[in-house]
Amino acid sequence: MEESEEENGGRKMKSMERRKARLIIRLGEFLISHSVLASVISCAAGIVVLFLLPVLAKKTYISENALMPGSANPMFSQKHVMEADKLVKAITDQIYSTGKELETPRLIAQYMSHLGAEVYYHKFKEETKQFHPFHFFSSIHTSGSVHGNGSTTALGINTVGIIRAPRGDGKESIVMVSPYNSQKLVLDDAVSLGLAYSVFSLLSQATWLAKDIVWVASDSRYGEYVSVDAWLREYHNPSFLSEAVKVDSDTYKMCIDKNMAHNCKNGGDRGSDDFRRAGTMAAGLVLKVTDQKQTNERDSLKIYSEASNGQMPNLDLVNIVYYLAVQRQSFHVKVGIIRSLLSSVFLKTIGKTLEILSEMVGYLNPKWKFGISSADYVEGSATLASSMYTQALGVPTGSHGAFRDYQVDAITLEFSPSFPFQKDLSHSLTIINSGRLIEGVIRSVNNLLEKFHQSFFLYFFTSPDKFISVGVYMIGFALLAAPLPIVASALFSGKFTSEDHGESTVTEKTSNSPASWQWIGAAKVVFTVHIWAIIVLLMPHFISQLPNLTSTMSMLIWISNSTITALFFYMVLGSPYQHSNPQHKWLLLKAVMISATSIGLSLMSIINFATVQIGSLFLVPMCLIAQPLRCSKPVLLTCCNLLFMIIGFPLFAMLIFESLSTEFEGICIGNFWEWTQSLWEWNSATYLYLLVVHLPCWVLFMHILFHP
Amino acid sequence: MKRILLFLFLAVVLCAPIVVSEEEAETFAEGLFLKPLPDRKLLAHFHFQSQAPDSVANGRHHRVFPKAVAQLVNKFQIRELELSFTQGRWDYERWGSSDSLSNPNAKPPGVELWADFNVPIDQVDVTWKSLTHALSGLFCSSINFLESSAAYTTPHWGFNSNSSNVRYGALPREAVCTENLTPWLKLLPCRDKTGIASLLDRPSIYKGFYHSQKMQLHSTHSGGILLDQTLTVVLQPSESTDNLVSDPLLQPSWSIRSLFRKKAIERCVLAKSSVVYLEIENGLVAELEKLGSIGSWGKFGFELPVTPSRILKPAMNMDAPSPSLLYEYNLIKYSETKPIDLGLRWKVPFSWSCSKAPFHARRFLMGSGNERGSIAISLQSTKSHYSHLNTKVVVFQIVPWYVRVYYHTLKIYIDGEEHNMSSVVEKMQVHPSEDKLSPGTMELMLILPYGIQSAVLTIDFDKGFLHIDDYPPDANQGFDIPSAIISFPDFQASTYFFKEKSAEKQTPLLLKFQEKSTVQSYTEVLLVPLTTPDFSMPYNVITFTCTVLALYFGSLLNVMRRRVDEEHRLLSQAKKQGLIPLLFSKLSLKFRGERLEPAPSSDSTFVNPKLLLKVFVVAIAAVLWHYFLNDR
Repeated sequence: MEESEEENGGRKMKSMERRKARLIIRLGEFLISHSVLASVISCAAGIVVLFLLPVLAKKTYISENALMPGSANPMFSQKHVMEADKLVKAITDQIYSTGKELETPRLIAQYMSHLGAEVYYHKFKEETKQFHPFHFFSSIHTSGSVHGNGSTTALGINTVGIIRAPRGDGKESIVMVSPYNSQKLVLDDAVSLGLAYSVFSLLSQATWLAKDIVWVASDSRYGEYVSVDAWLREYHNPSFLSEAVKVDSDTYKMCIDKNMAHNCKNGGDRGSDDFRRAGTMAAGLVLKVTDQKQTNERDSLKIYSEASNGQMPNLDLVNIVYYLAVQRQSFHVKVGIIRSLLSSVFLKTIGKTLEILSEMVGYLNPKWKFGISSADYVEGSATLASSMYTQALGVPTGSHGAFRDYQVDAITLEFSPSFPFQKDLSHSLTIINSGRLIEGVIRSVNNLLEKFHQSFFLYFFTSPDKFISVGVYMIGFALLAAPLPIVASALFSGKFTSEDHGESTVTEKTSNSPASWQWIGAAKVVFTVHIWAIIVLLMPHFISQLPNLTSTMSMLIWISNSTITALFFYMVLGSPYQHSNPQHKWLLLKAVMISATSIGLSLMSIINFATVQIGSLFLVPMCLIAQPLRCSKPVLLTCCNLLFMIIGFPLFAMLIFESLSTEFEGICIGNFWEWTQSLWEWNSATYLYLLVVHLPCWVLFMHILFHP
Repeated sequence: MKRILLFLFLAVVLCAPIVVSEEEAETFAEGLFLKPLPDRKLLAHFHFQSQAPDSVANGRHHRVFPKAVAQLVNKFQIRELELSFTQGRWDYERWGSSDSLSNPNAKPPGVELWADFNVPIDQVDVTWKSLTHALSGLFCSSINFLESSAAYTTPHWGFNSNSSNVRYGALPREAVCTENLTPWLKLLPCRDKTGIASLLDRPSIYKGFYHSQKMQLHSTHSGGILLDQTLTVVLQPSESTDNLVSDPLLQPSWSIRSLFRKKAIERCVLAKSSVVYLEIENGLVAELEKLGSIGSWGKFGFELPVTPSRILKPAMNMDAPSPSLLYEYNLIKYSETKPIDLGLRWKVPFSWSCSKAPFHARRFLMGSGNERGSIAISLQSTKSHYSHLNTKVVVFQIVPWYVRVYYHTLKIYIDGEEHNMSSVVEKMQVHPSEDKLSPGTMELMLILPYGIQSAVLTIDFDKGFLHIDDYPPDANQGFDIPSAIISFPDFQASTYFFKEKSAEKQTPLLLKFQEKSTVQSYTEVLLVPLTTPDFSMPYNVITFTCTVLALYFGSLLNVMRRRVDEEHRLLSQAKKQGLIPLLFSKLSLKFRGERLEPAPSSDSTFVNPKLLLKVFVVAIAAVLWHYFLNDR
């Protein structure tokens, strides 16, 4: 024993310095020293996990026991379908006979008040488009519902009916919204009004109600979202100042002018302008009917649930709809899907591979089988892509999005019948099924004692009955983002030892150690680029103020102005290359750029996860691969660099986004302007991400690429 | 022996009437008041009055008066008490808001209790606490939650009494059911076996739209007690099936049988008076007069199957345009053999409106999110009272402590313009809340200029954070703010006013309707969603704390145990490397492309290649074994 101790003594003493450090530090050092390998593995794993997500999806289940969906027999019957038929007939007759759509709110109000509901009209004006990209921080808009000088423009009229729960205490309510375009009423809208009315008439007789029922027949002449949003804003943040009152009286006069005079006067129990409320909202259901061409035998139901900035309603709300639609009413339930991906060969190959893998594993042990067929995989991926895309875009998929701004869970249910509607609705099975479904959902929510809190709020769909919760899908992002700090610290500490740059490491080590403050210079460049990006971000605000501009013009102005500002910064601050003779400078710049990007990505992941998930697919490889064209030797790496230069460009990224949602049909430069405009009008944080995280990163990437 | 017993029995039987005559002062009266409402519903108001005379003269025995209540009054020295259990909301717009029936009987949902004590001021709180427990036991409800000082308050002048011994508390979430009704019925001498109370068929009355059961106590200085028990229900008469071609606008006809599923009304033999009234409101009377059919109980407008024993025409206030009609059915006059089934059959559709308070009050929450919000009370003029005077409005609002109201943010908007508070407020008393000790109370007297359309009061609040123990069950529902009381001291509720003063024919029910009271209304109960923690959090906290403690003590022990030179010596002595560091050093060496030096010595048995090989072989054997086993 003692001999061997003496023998090994010398070597042991040599490795003392390394051995003395703690395990974690040594692990960190180990990772940093192998940053290339670690980043490649981690990135690859991140992408693999992303593609495995459809396999990892779980079946949905109803988490809140109090909901008890389907525990009662539906009371919705043929009688209520007749009611729906009556209203639809009345609306269509009136339009076809007199051509006056203006009468529709009055008609609805009349039907509502016949049921013993409290009725009122809510008038709103079209919102002028405003630039407020930072509004997602504070969801409360302080602007009043109706501003002055509103008498000249026509106002939208929401007709709202409230059924008070017979023995309820009026603390909570459930909201039904049926949008219709009062300017151009189509049969689908009339049927959706009829459907909502038939459910409303059933609920007015229901003895089991514990929550008040509010039915908003929202006038979607300025868009579905605008009307619902205006009503919700008036509900939650009314303004009591005089303007609103004055305009209200104006509109009252207007309503007298426009053929409603006799009705306004003699209908004492009809609608009033007196805004009424019904307590805290428990849930919102937006009901729509579309008479599309169906290939399916069964009636189908499409669920839209994405609200602004990747916010989702509680999964339980979607679950009860799904459960009742499939188990009770045998609907064919759909969620958003990207059709073009269904025929993707790439996804099919992955699906096949996974299927074979699953079979092989299953052969070994049947319990290990993760059984998913290739077709399921492709469909799951296409649904997942759509789910991620709509969440990443940050624009709500329907008027249910307005509810989420007030912490109310809401979804849109879009019914489409298997057979087109006939003139006579009274025998329509679709209406009966839809009515029973809505009744069941309302009954479930009515059962709910607490607000929705049991189930998930952050999830993706891979099919209507399968979801991926936040705990699973964040693994992919975490793996993708993990190499960023490792590589940044590796670059900074000068231990970047990859085979290709064997020669440059020597110079780094020597020059880096004495002047450790050199990073300040790089940080200055990064900071300047970010300042520039923020100026670019705010530019549309001023451009949109200019009168008479086409979208193409605006876009061109935006781009040219951005370039001019960039050049201006160059002139004032001097080119960052001018005194960057040391060759390793770009390594420091890359380190700082990577750390700035990783901070940006992780901050953004809190606001909208899906955006970051998609964005990191571009940004992370771009950050890792960046290298001056001059000194990169392998052709492959250069090619990759050039590829990322193109696809990393924010406009190109937008193009990809655009092409995912729509077909390539003459995309011109003006479309980009419209696209960004829609982003900032919807307070989407994606706009912020694109211009504060993505754009600077790309500019810095270019910087490095053309580093002398 | 038997004879003696018989004699005694006879003596007792014979003496009984004498005893009764001595206690005649203790009385009981019952009454039922029916009134069709404009929205096709029917209001039924049951009224039972028990009166106990001076207890000194009586001793402790009671004949008809409930002993439990008498004991309650004596023990807690109650001067006045009102307890109501309510389910549903009173619709002030459709069912009336300023008449003598709706005004005292429209109550906020849940339980409301107020009491005035005849005890020294320092004992009031103690007495209140004991009283809540006693009532909680008496009525099988959780009134005892009003015991905590954070649940009740002391109104000064905002509530209808000026005494400083009054305590007021409300439990908006209390559910009301038959278990509260049964003890309430037990206080009646005939219970619900006979008399008007026998109509209280549980499914029928709980199916109604509004259900409020109330107990009201008054005691005199000499010890006499007056107990009023009322039950107000609003029912939907079921559409009669016999009338097939019925006009949809026609009010539904009803009868006692169809409403309560009881054959007829009997009287309680112990009751001094037992009367049923049917009121035709003055709005409706005016409509009837238009038809010209008012002469003999509206032959053209509607039909009464049973002839009333008397028709009264009390004026609603002295200046009302038309008196209302009151049909009286004195149950004593109807023989028990022939059961009477009161009812009303409509012939012509009518629509009328009911009495309205000068302002219709609504209250709602503004804002969203978990941080802050505001409470708004909106007063909409009903234009029912034309007066050239300014209107006095008193707002009495209790806000629980977890809703932190900032009273300086109180704003008032009159007809869409913000007004200076000092120009409108006449009197204001604010008692800010103390965390977990007392609720915030606001008493506010406003003088609103005449002719205004609407006034809105807003006040901002912050939502508090509660300790995890303070959350009630189902905390995710949100927290309640009890109803505020809006009263109009200048306006008296319209009362009956009889031109002919015939005192002997006045029943307690009618006398009750002649009492003067100010017009008041209760606002909605509000539900404030507060931030709720993840209630599984304690477990997370426990595990987290344990981890931190373990880390702390582990490193502390490590530091205390270690000695630096000792370590050096030990390190140099160390032969055995740990498994993980060794693996890592090997891996790192491999990655660097260096050749692994031969294993230091034979004592590192852990990484013997032979052993590894063995382990590998065993693992493969195990996998194969498993595979074949499953295959079979």
